[in-house]
Amino acid sequence: MASTSDTTVPARILSTLQKIVGNRHVLSSRSERLVYECDGFTLEKNTPDVVVFPRTTEEIAQIVRLCHEHGVPVLPRGAGTSLAGGGLPVGGGVLVVLTRMKDILEIHPDDRYAVVEPGCVNVWLSLALRGTGLHYAPDPSSQGACTIGGNVATNSGGPHTLKYGVTVNHVLAVEVVLADGEVVVLGSPAEDTPGLDLLGAMVGSEGTLGIVTKVWVRLTPDPQGYRTMLAIFDSVDDATTAISRIIGAGIIPAALEMMDQGIIEAVEAAFQFGFPLDAGAVLLIEVDGLEAGLDRQQQDVTQLCRDCRAREVRVAADARERMRLWKCRKEAFGAIGRLSPSYCTQDGVVPRTQLPEILRRIRETGEKYRLRIVNVFHAGDGNIHPILLFDERDSDQVDRVLRASHEILSACLELGGSVTGEHGIGVEKIGFMDQMFSSSDLEAMHALRQAFNPRGLLSPGKLLPTAGACGIEQRHPGRRAAL
Amino acid sequence: MNSPSPSVDTPESRTELGIDYATFLSCVHCGLCTASCPTYKETLDENDSPRGRIYLMRSVADKRIELTEPIRRHLELCLDCRACETACPSGVEYGKLIEPFRNRMLPAPRDVFHRWILWKLFPNARRLERALLPARWASSLGLLSFVRATGLWKLLPRRLGRLVTLLPPLRKHPRLPSRVEAVGERRATVALFTGCVADALFRDVHWATLRVLQANGCDVIVPKNQACCGAIHYHSSQEEEARTLADQNVSAFADLDVDAVVVNVAGCGAMLKEYGHAWPEDGAGKRAQLAQKVRDVNEFLDELGWVAPLGRLPLQVTYHDACHLAHAQGVREAPRRLLERIPGLCIVPLDESDTCCGAAGSYNLTQTEMADRLARRKLQNILRTGARTVVSANAGCTLQILRQATLEGIRLRVVHPVQLLQESLEAAQQ
Ligand SMILES: Cc1cc2nc3c(=O)[nH]c(=O)nc-3n(C[C@H](O)[C@H](O)[C@H](O)COP(=O)(O)OP(=O)(O)OC[C@H]3O[C@@H](n4cnc5c(N)ncnc54)[C@H](O)[C@@H]3O)c2cc1C
Ligand code: SF4
Ligand code: SF4
Repeated sequence: MASTSDTTVPARILSTLQKIVGNRHVLSSRSERLVYECDGFTLEKNTPDVVVFPRTTEEIAQIVRLCHEHGVPVLPRGAGTSLAGGGLPVGGGVLVVLTRMKDILEIHPDDRYAVVEPGCVNVWLSLALRGTGLHYAPDPSSQGACTIGGNVATNSGGPHTLKYGVTVNHVLAVEVVLADGEVVVLGSPAEDTPGLDLLGAMVGSEGTLGIVTKVWVRLTPDPQGYRTMLAIFDSVDDATTAISRIIGAGIIPAALEMMDQGIIEAVEAAFQFGFPLDAGAVLLIEVDGLEAGLDRQQQDVTQLCRDCRAREVRVAADARERMRLWKCRKEAFGAIGRLSPSYCTQDGVVPRTQLPEILRRIRETGEKYRLRIVNVFHAGDGNIHPILLFDERDSDQVDRVLRASHEILSACLELGGSVTGEHGIGVEKIGFMDQMFSSSDLEAMHALRQAFNPRGLLSPGKLLPTAGACGIEQRHPGRRAAL
Repeated sequence: MNSPSPSVDTPESRTELGIDYATFLSCVHCGLCTASCPTYKETLDENDSPRGRIYLMRSVADKRIELTEPIRRHLELCLDCRACETACPSGVEYGKLIEPFRNRMLPAPRDVFHRWILWKLFPNARRLERALLPARWASSLGLLSFVRATGLWKLLPRRLGRLVTLLPPLRKHPRLPSRVEAVGERRATVALFTGCVADALFRDVHWATLRVLQANGCDVIVPKNQACCGAIHYHSSQEEEARTLADQNVSAFADLDVDAVVVNVAGCGAMLKEYGHAWPEDGAGKRAQLAQKVRDVNEFLDELGWVAPLGRLPLQVTYHDACHLAHAQGVREAPRRLLERIPGLCIVPLDESDTCCGAAGSYNLTQTEMADRLARRKLQNILRTGARTVVSANAGCTLQILRQATLEGIRLRVVHPVQLLQESLEAAQQ
């Protein structure tokens, strides 16, 4: 194998890795490792020293143990759809790609849970559940490609998490390989296990506490019916006021999404749904549940929107129209290519009542930096995704995009929010951690990581800032497609 | 092992590669396409995914890596099925990357099989028909199934052997007339594209197409001087040959006063629709004109509106989406809507219906291991539906699925949508 091994990992490790997973499942030549140098975040790149594709928990345990012994960094990777550089091999080392561990191991409709391997693509589980009357609720817009292991590691959300919660609310237990190669199970398929909530710590830990090798997920009964509405407003302010009123009235829509005029223009060009191009903003509102109460909820939502000066409220006539509306929403960012050659999506959170304020600030930031910024986001939980349009070939614009992004995220913090709603910290936002948390908070987090990952070999450089270093130097905003 | 790449120089390479660099830039590296790629679903290695392949091609163009043997393999493993184009929300035109890249960067195969069988024999319907004569006799004597069942085909030269296992039962069908008249009031006049392999192996599908079009009020012209669509050449780096065939088709069809040129093989339809931009040089205008008139038969009937009476066909079937229909031409609902009109027909949904079956033009003759894996995957999905009749609107898929079923000893019927429609027409007449 010498001819292909232009990696810097010690030869002894390489040959042991090959023994563990088999020659075919190790990439060591530079040209084949190259595609693993970044994920959905392309600002920073670093090629891993070697890429392995294990098939079993036992293989992963052996790999981790080996790296532990030799002081080599290890980084897990799912589908590589992270928008925050979670999959960036910061210290080089061994990249453990979990895509081969993709099976759905068990489905228990009566006990309402399923057991899956971490590499199972989110939508594959939904497909396998067709006809059972159950579904797996977390539905990130990337669900067609991202893995459930990746979802657990980043605690993913999606449009329907407003009502149903994020990933942590749907994970009953995980099997994890710890930093020294030990295999443990945290949580249990039975509800409410006593003791410390280690499972809660593991979900969202972005690979820094262990490698998830098996997941017990909760299954949710399909709602009996849906009402999907499109409310059209003259101004963004009216739309955001309506959002607060709806939630304030005690209605919890299954989803509540907003698109502003810029997005409407792009979506209309792509899908010709019939959105009015002169509207200031539209809300996509879905209520679901028992058929009996739905018409009433629909009336209430319609009235609340009208009270906030909605120009029109349309209701999807049938399943096909509902699907088309959702397609427009979920693929909205794809349509943005029609507005501009490059774009950069940000991910921030503010308290719902601050939505009008943050949108005003975004508009001002856009004016200040002479950038066009459009918005489409999970309005119901205050998770905004301003999209900054620019041309990556113009370095002055690139610079302005970076400064504008920073300003918007800082504004989120000022308004009592956070710099990430669902895309995670990864390497991208590590520099914001000490703005978001007090030093004692950070110390507590460090202590937890220290307990699980004492040598810092698992996913180094992620999630938590190391003393002195304040994240990576950003030179170039990613051309990213994300919502 | 590391064979150096032909020298690629930026920015000239961008034209040398025949790739518009902006197409690389349109990929935002989000990864949403990966799980729809058949080869990635099998190997689960990013190098075999659309995002990975775009990255590899771009890195070669940028001279970040050389076109080493493993990289060549990852690119050659691509089926060119375009499932990634369907999945990509950013509208990346993947075909416009891989096709020119392959044509310029990956050496054209030079073996006897490609030169004599694929490029010379296949495109010529007459020659192919004559060449198949012995096979037809063998078929009528039951010899072919004997050869297949006993594994005797393995003794033939490798690719020829596979070819034998691909042959469907061969029956003689009369030649097509040069024109048929509409039944009842005339609603449209169309020309039928007959192709090469299809005409030799699937003339019954052509007959069914004629009947179905007639029954719905179409005059159908079958031009005699038409040629193979050129897809086989185009996809194995024989661009010149392909263009010659395209121009032959332009002279056969362009001057006809017809509402549409109807095609019943998805692979040919996709190629004909590409005529407009496959070769930007002279004659592009006329090729584009022809391309604009091309319609898949499902698409055409769906747009025209079905009027003929249909009889009961109490059958359980499942529908397979040919890549060249679903992904390359975007035709997905039309065949389903047509089939739903047939009284008594029950269409069971097929898992991964739009995942490539591994046929992919001549892929099943060149990338045999992956082709077999995908064929097994397709057959397993089919068997899970419980239906034993599969509807496929592409000759290559039909052969591939039948082959896999035969190898596994499973009785399966694979038909074109127009064949079921014709049967239903006949049922109505009785
Ligand atoms: C177009 C687009 C839309 C998106 N929409 C959403 C959205 O609506 N909501 C949302 O939450 N996110 C969204 N994302 C972000 C991303 O898809 C999610 O973070 C997803 O959960 C990542 O899954 P993955 O399999 O791709 O993981 P990767 O990107 O491969 O990895 C993500 C992180 O998880 C770690 N990791 C992966 N697998 C494991 C494991 N088995 N054990 C331990 N650690 C692991 C990695 O080390 C890395 O830190 C979107 C991304 C894109 C490109
Ligand atoms: S081809 Fe499209 S879907 Fe795939 S990574 Fe590029 S932009 Fe994303
Ligand atoms: S054309 Fe098909 S095989 Fe090739 S990258 Fe796209 S999806 Fe994969």
